[in-house]
Amino acid sequence: MIRALLVLLAALIALPALAQDTMPPAPYAYTQLEDPALEARAAALMHTLRCLKCQSQSIADSDAPMAGDMRHQVRSRILAGESPEEIRAWLIARYGDYVSYEPRVSTTTWPLFVIPALVILIAAGVLLRRLGRRRGGAGGEEA
Amino acid sequence: MARRLALWVPLGLFAFFAGLAAYMLTQDKDQFVESAMIGQPLPDFALQPAFAGLPGLARADLVGGKPRLLNIWASWCLPCIAEAPQLEALKARGVEIVGIAIRDRPEDVAAFLARHGNPYSRIGADPISEVQLAIGSSGVPETFVIDAKGVIRYQHIGDIRPEHVPLLLKELEKAK
Repeated sequence: MIRALLVLLAALIALPALAQDTMPPAPYAYTQLEDPALEARAAALMHTLRCLKCQSQSIADSDAPMAGDMRHQVRSRILAGESPEEIRAWLIARYGDYVSYEPRVSTTTWPLFVIPALVILIAAGVLLRRLGRRRGGAGGEEA
Repeated sequence: MARRLALWVPLGLFAFFAGLAAYMLTQDKDQFVESAMIGQPLPDFALQPAFAGLPGLARADLVGGKPRLLNIWASWCLPCIAEAPQLEALKARGVEIVGIAIRDRPEDVAAFLARHGNPYSRIGADPISEVQLAIGSSGVPETFVIDAKGVIRYQHIGDIRPEHVPLLLKELEKAK
C-alpha cells in the first residue's frame, strides 16, 4: 500500500519535470534592467501582455519558460530603444489583439466602448426626468 | 398592468445572464492562439545547429525550391513524440521538413532523434524562443507550411495526428 502510494507520488513529481525544459532562463527573463526608468517602462508593459501558455496571467506574473522568453524580448527591446507601444504592436502583429490586455477600439470591440456611454446617457435621462417630476411636485407622485 | 410586467424585466435579465454564464461554463474553451503571421513573409533569422548531426537553420534555407514544413518542437515535449511517426510519413511522401528546437540541449536533441527517428533536413536551436515569438507560435509542437518564396501559408497547432497528414499534404500542394 505504502509502496503504491510512493510510486504514485514519484509519478506526480516526475511528470511536470518531463513536460518542462531544463534550459536556464533567457538573460532578461528574471534580471531587471540596470536603468530603473527603463525597467519601470518594461515592467508597466509586461503587466499588460498576456502569457500565451497560461492565458489568464500577464507575462509579469507567470513563471512559464515562454513568459520568461517574452520578458526577455520586452526588456531587450526597451534597452535597444524601442517604445513600449512599438513592442506591443510587434506582438499584436504576431498573436493578434489577444496578446494585449489593453483593449483597442476596433471593428469588433467598439460596442464595448459605446454601450456603457449609452447606458450612462439613458440613466442620466431617466434620473433627470424623475427629479424634474418630483421638483415640479404638482402630481405629488412618490417612488 | 404594464408596470407590473416591467417589474419582471430585471429578473428576466438576471435569469438570462445566469443562464448564459452556466451555458458557457459547459462549453470547451478554445485554448489555441493562432498566429497572425499567416500570409506574411518569414522574418529574418539565422539559428545555430541544434546538435552536431545536422546544419542549423536560417531564413535563406526556406526560400526557393518546393514548399516545406517548419516544425516547432522540443525534445522535452511529450506530444512531439506522438507526432514523430506522422513526420516520418510526410518525409516518406517527399516532403522536406526543417525543425526549430525550442529551449533544448544538443545531447537531448540527439537522444530524441535516435529514439524517435529523424525526419529533419536541418534543425536550428532557439534557446530563448526568439524565432518562435517572431513567427507567432505559442507552443510546441506547431507546424508551419512555408512556400518557396518564404511566406508562411498555414499553421497547424498541436501534434500531427494520422488524420492531419492528408490535410498538410493538401496545404503543401496549395502553397506551390
